[in-house]
Parts: sequence; C-alpha cells; structure tokens
Amino acid sequence: MNPTAGNPLALVRQHVLDAGGIADHDLERALGTLMRGAVDNADLYFEVSRQESWTLEDGIVKEGAHSIEQGVGVRAMAGEKTGFAYSDEVLVPALLQASQAAGAIVRQGQQGRVQAWQPRAGHRLYEPVDPLPTLRDDDKVALLQRVDREVRALDPRVKQVVASLAAAHDVVLVCASDGTMAADVRPLVRFNISVIVEDGDKREQGYAGGGGRFGYDHLGPERLLDFGREAVRQALVNLDAVPAPSGEMIVVLGPGWPGVLLHEAIGHGLEGDFNRKGTSAFTGRIGERVASELCTVVDDGTLPGRRGSLNMDDEGTPTRNTVLIENGILKGYLQDKMNARLMGVESTGNGRRQSFAHTPMPRMTNTYMLAGPHHPDEIIASVKKGVYARNFGGGQVDITSGKFVFSATEAYRIENGKIGAPIRDATLVGDGPTVLNRVTMVGNDLALDTGIGVCGKEGQSVPVGVGQPTLRIDGLTVGGTGGDE
Amino acid sequence: MSDRTSLTIASGLGTLQEKVAGALKLAKQLGATQAEAHANFGTGFSVNVRMREVETLRHQRDQGLSITVWLGHRKGTASTSDLRPDALEESVRKACALAKYGAEDSASGLADADRLATAIPDLGLYHPWAIDPARAIELATACEAAALDADPRVTNSEGASVSTSEGLRVYGNSHGFLAGYPESDHSYTCSVVATGNGAMETDYEYAVARSAADLPSPESVGAEAGRRTAARLGGIKPETRVAPVLFPARVARGLIGHLLGAISGGALYRKSTFLVDALGKPVFAGRVTIDEQPHLLKGLNSAPFDNEGVATSDRRLVDAGVLRGYLLGSYYARKLGMQTTGNAGGAHNLVVHSTAGGFDDLVRQMGTGLIIADLMGSGINPVTGDYSRGASGFWVENGEIRHPVTEVTIAGNLKEMYQGILAIGSDVDRRGGVITGSILVDRMTIAGS
Repeated sequence: MNPTAGNPLALVRQHVLDAGGIADHDLERALGTLMRGAVDNADLYFEVSRQESWTLEDGIVKEGAHSIEQGVGVRAMAGEKTGFAYSDEVLVPALLQASQAAGAIVRQGQQGRVQAWQPRAGHRLYEPVDPLPTLRDDDKVALLQRVDREVRALDPRVKQVVASLAAAHDVVLVCASDGTMAADVRPLVRFNISVIVEDGDKREQGYAGGGGRFGYDHLGPERLLDFGREAVRQALVNLDAVPAPSGEMIVVLGPGWPGVLLHEAIGHGLEGDFNRKGTSAFTGRIGERVASELCTVVDDGTLPGRRGSLNMDDEGTPTRNTVLIENGILKGYLQDKMNARLMGVESTGNGRRQSFAHTPMPRMTNTYMLAGPHHPDEIIASVKKGVYARNFGGGQVDITSGKFVFSATEAYRIENGKIGAPIRDATLVGDGPTVLNRVTMVGNDLALDTGIGVCGKEGQSVPVGVGQPTLRIDGLTVGGTGGDE
Repeated sequence: MSDRTSLTIASGLGTLQEKVAGALKLAKQLGATQAEAHANFGTGFSVNVRMREVETLRHQRDQGLSITVWLGHRKGTASTSDLRPDALEESVRKACALAKYGAEDSASGLADADRLATAIPDLGLYHPWAIDPARAIELATACEAAALDADPRVTNSEGASVSTSEGLRVYGNSHGFLAGYPESDHSYTCSVVATGNGAMETDYEYAVARSAADLPSPESVGAEAGRRTAARLGGIKPETRVAPVLFPARVARGLIGHLLGAISGGALYRKSTFLVDALGKPVFAGRVTIDEQPHLLKGLNSAPFDNEGVATSDRRLVDAGVLRGYLLGSYYARKLGMQTTGNAGGAHNLVVHSTAGGFDDLVRQMGTGLIIADLMGSGINPVTGDYSRGASGFWVENGEIRHPVTEVTIAGNLKEMYQGILAIGSDVDRRGGVITGSILVDRMTIAGS
C-alpha cells in the first residue's frame, strides 16, 4: 500500500476486497442473507493484519517473528440476540457460508432492508502508515543492541536485559445494513524492556515500555533509552523495599499509568452492556453523585497517535470524547450500536473487538481524570501517614459487586508529609462506586500513560490508554505482610 | 496441495500434514539448515442463553501454520492464517529472511533427534459431540434455569453457555518428524447475579471435558452456580489479621500453577524466579508430592509429544516436598547445561497427591481462618515470590462458616506458603491442567479494615 495516499476507504477496499475477488454485489448479497426475519442490523467486518516482533536477550536478537491474519466476521442482531460466524478466508463462498450460519439465530422470514452505503469521513488521528517498514530490519536489530549495551552500562547490578520491538499494521473495513461503509488503517508500535538487578542475594525486576499509533520513527534511541533508565530505576528502588503495610489507609496515587484505577474501578462498570443487563454496580445511577466534586473522568478515543485512539470504532462509528463523570456526577455510559439501540441512546463510538473472529462490545479507549487544583508536592505534604503508589502492574474488577484490585510495582510509605521507604508488592483493593467519593485532593499534573495498556474483557484483548493527575484517596485497603503498626 | 482449503476434522489431518511437509521442504530449498512447522485447524460453536432467551450463537473456524527456520543457529519465525500455497510460500520466505537478521546462538535449534516421539499413543483426546445449535440451546436453557431457580436471591444472569470445539494439531520438523492428532473440548458455563440489601454479587460454575459423556448434567452446573452466587451475599470486611487460609480445589489450582512459571527454563535461565537453584531442595512441605502425567487418558493437558516433537512421559516432579525436576524445552535446557524434559510449551497435567479427607475435614482442621471463594488481580512477584491478591470468601471460626468476606487482600510469600501447606484434600478438581484437591496453608496476612 501507498502510505501517503489520501482515501483509506478506497485503499482498503482495494487491499482487502479486490484481493479476494469480492465485489459490491457480494457484500449486498451477504447482508441480504443476514437481514431476514426480525434482524435489526447486520454487519460484515473485514480485516487484514500483519504483525512483527524482535526480541533481544543475552545481548543478542534471538528471534524475529512475523504473522499474517486475515478474515471476515459476520454478525446479525435481532433484539438482544446475536448470531456470529467468521471465516479466515476472504473469499465470496466463505463470506456467504458465514452469513448463512450467523443469520440462523432468527427464524427465516421476509427479506429485511439493506440501506444504501454512505461512506463517512472519520477522524485522521494517525497516518494510515504500515509501521513495519518504517525502520530497516538491520536498524531494528542495531537499535535493540544499543539499548542493551547502554542499559547494562547504567549500573553494574544490571544482570539481565530483555527488550523487544513490535509493530502491527491492521487494516479494517466495516459494511453494515444501516448504510455504514467505513475503513481504517491502524498502525501500532510498541517497545518493552525488562531488567533483572542483583545485589548480593537480592534480586528484583524492573519494567518499562511504550508506543502508539505511528511508525518506528517515533520510537527513537533516546526515547527507548529513557524507558531503559526507568526500568533500571524501578528495579533498584525495589532492591531496598520493605514489606508493605496492611490495612485501610490514606493512599496517594501518582500521575499517569496509575489511572488504571479509573479504568478498573469506574470505566468497566460504565460499559453499556453491563448496564443494559443490570449487572453493573453503576446500573441506573446516571445523574447520581459517584465521586467527590473534584473528579471529572472522560473516555476519549480522539487523542492523536495514542495507543487507545481510533479514527472509528470497529462498527464504523467515529470515536468521541465521552464524559463519564463530571464534577462527581455520573453522566454517561460507553455504548456500541447494539446496546445503544436497546437502551434508546446513540453509540458513543466504543464498539470494539479484538479481531474479525470476535464480536464487538462496548470497550474503553483512553480513559482519564482531568487535572485538579493541587500541586503534587502539596498532596504528599498533606499526608501524615500513608502510602504513595507511583507505579502499577495489572488490575481487575468485579463489575457486579464493584470490587476492584490492583498491584503496585513501585510504592513508598508516606511519613509526616514526606516520601519514606520503598515498599514491596502491595495490592490495593476497593469498591468502585465509593472509592472516588474518598478523593480529597486532585493534582494539577495530569499525565497519560506511555502506551502500554492492554484491556481484557470476556477473553478479548484490545489496546487502551489510561491517565490521571496525582490523587489523594482517604481510605483504600492495602494488602502487605508488614502489619499495621 | 489443494488450492482451496476446505478442511474438515475428519479429512483434514492428511491435508495439514501435507502442508507442513511442503513448508519444511520449501524451507530446505531456500537454504534452511533446520526447520519446524506447526499447523492447526479447529471448528465449533457456542450458544449463550440469558434470562431464558437465546442471546448469542457463535460459530468458530480457525486455522493457521507457523514455521521456524534456522540458518545455522540463526532463527526466524513466521505464521499465517491463510493456508493457500502462495501464502504459505510467502511465510516460509519471510521466516528465512528474518533468520538472516537473527544472531548466532549455539543453543538455538531443533530438539535432538533421539528425543523425538517414536510412537503416538492414543490418549482419548477426540470425542466429537453430535449436537446442533438447537439442542445446545435447550441444554443452556436448562442450565441457566437451574441457576435462576436455585435461590430466590438469584435475580439476574450473565447467562449460561454450551460450547463445543474440535481441532487438529500437526507438528513436523526437518529431522523427519511428522505427526498429528485430533482433539475435542466441550463445556458448560453459567454465571448469575444475586441481590440482597441493595448489593449485588456474581459467581459462576463450569464443566469441561474431552467427551460430552463425561460432562455432568447442565442442571447440576446451573444449580451450583446459583448456590455459589447466593452464598456470596452479605460479605463483610474483617479486621486485618494473620490466619490460616483454605484454597478450595478450583482456586488451589492457581496456587500450584505459580510453581510452573517458577521452574520453567526461561525463568530459571534469567534467574527471574523465586526458585533459583531449587532442584533437589525442599520447596514444599514434606507432605506434598506432585506428578506430571502427560498421557492421562482424556486429560485436558494431555499430549503425546511436546511443541518440539519430544516424547512426553510420566515423572515425579515434587517428591515429599523436594523438587525433582524443571520444565524445560531444548533451548533453555542447552542454556542451563541440562536435557529437555519434554516441556516445550508447558506442563502436561500436574497431579497433586491428596493427604487428607474431603473439604469439610479441611475446614474443621483449619479451625479459624479464611476460605477463599475468588481471587482477583495479579499481585505476584515472580522474582521474589511475594504474593498479595484481592480476595473474597468465607470466615470460619471453630471449624464452622460464620459469614461471607469481601474486599480483603491475602498476602504472603510463595516460598513460605508452599512450605506451610498443612493438608491437600481428597476433593479433587479435574477441570484444568493442575489436578488437585483443596489446599490448606498455615498462615497469611489478611488485610481488611
């Protein structure tokens, strides 16, 4: 594909459909097969995806890997029912066969109506580039080797470095019975580095990484070395860490990636499917106070170049900036087409799927809290005794009970308004609908994460972004072995 | 090779083997000194019924081939879901091109030829289920109904699903190894919501087996889902304290699962494990014995050979608490100066020996402590073994369940938790790759209010 050409729809049609000999009348026939009986809406999702990764260990690039996946997912929706089938052959017979299978969810009957396609211009949040060739293969190898050399030189205690570069070029086309005909070319690159440090018989791991929707040219040597320095810094901090305390206490969350708290505690519970089914702890609470008035939280798929951003969602709806909580009041849910239709609202452009082989669901894009009035130093200084959590591993939520958990990978005690000793591997648990009511200070230092988020839901993974300013929460349960002295 | 890939399970094994052989031959023609290829094909469907109505019907059909080539000791890998000749050729060429950029790594290459499986035992992994979506919908409906009817506090549902899949796996390499086999998986799952005092809780139950004949009734799965969910209502947050913790069998699986990562070749070589140099040392309490049984008939993780074609065989992994083996493929075995253990791709059915009576006996033995219902989060540091996870469950005093517990963390260190195993129940759960009864651990920090 020509990376600079202007019209993604024309390009994608050529790239995906023409290659399989699929013409407009085949699409109409497939949708016609789906639009029978009580079917409200049907769609076809074509995807051609290429990925590569380069992994360095022991100072050498041990392996380059490349994969190609392509296929078409076919869906028919009738009321709350969904019929779905897919094929990894983008060919006319496979398309029609999948359409028959998916359409079988409803009784056969009258032919439904397929609306004329109305190609719609989406955002241009990233260039439709294929990121794989944006750096020569031998330069990728050389770049990883340089990072390895320089990171090892940072500190003699660095004993192992594992680093990887990865890129994906995802080309999608959606056509639906409601007239949607839209395409997107989605580049995504990522760099990861993990280090092991050793000091006597103590060993610790540090990790950093980042990326976004652009070519490798945005991940230059200096950026990668910054990630390397960050990984080493975290590992060295943890060498001196003492057991985390346990019990309920004041917790200050650092800016950026700790926004995964919002993603877990708030975001998932506001996805339209759970609220339509009445299984979310936030069900029926629009207009209610769910956070202190310092808190405004949005899901914004329109940030240029971000890992969680999309020109359009996987149903062809342009993404938006959706306000979830405004000054503490719950404002809205995240919707895909099906849940929006059943709840009588508009799609918010959050219908996402892992691939053509998966069905769309309401999913987050970039979820973050807006900045507040407090200087981060002022927030730390206000805490007599507590925990400062600066970085996190993963998190998880139980949508129905609202309970969430996440694990700090870098945290410190706060004593008399000052950051004290590092603590190891603390887990924080809390309750989504009440935790933000306990936010008493919000920093003026909003930061988004570096581009590492992967969100899992019902077995499907999609790239996301998170962010927040420094937050003070008066009362979260911290789980360590260090006791509550 | 045919131009169109209209594979079926019944006739596909030969076709997939031809494609693997063709890819290996082409790799050799392109100058590869060694090559290996995996191919797979799978098909199936699942239905989900929610609030007594069909919600989804999903048909699944997957295929793929992945090839690895070596130019000397330089390695490249490529995979494709398109099995037509042109796409396969492009993948082989791509793998060869990538290998040129790889670094010379003397440990890299195929498994040694003398370790490859010479016989492919029939492990009873393939039992197709003659079921159509209409019948599956009936079963799922019955399953969910049993959950909704199990307790009046069960008021809502995530649904019940019935799923069936069949697949083919083929592996070949340039030592001349070429083998494959069919397998199947069938399952019921059911997840419902219970309401009480303005709070909601959810839980689930499931069943999975190679053969549908081995599945329990869908009604029993649903009823258990309903019972479990209702029992979670009314949880309170206890005071922070140190106490014994009982991991019921389905949760205990994960506790033993952390061992697998810790004794795998990559973690050992990188020393990114809390079990560095643990071979021959007491890692568990003396009462703990664990076998690996790759040839367990109908086992969910059974396999006649590993991902490199190396023959799998039964062995004792932990003997009276002492670690007797690692989980190694050829690459890290060479790096560590050891031999492959037939674990490229992971462990094959770990069976933990029971030391005690049933679940109720363990509850009595615990006396006062926490029964875990569910664990959340990934708070495990593989390097240090520090363990801290979110939990819900039931508080036990004097051998009797007092009340549900919610929003706590349990914390400890895996080294101490493994040494602190007091008993393994006879209530064995066979629904996963680790087959174990419930496990009682002597002490952990339970953080609440």
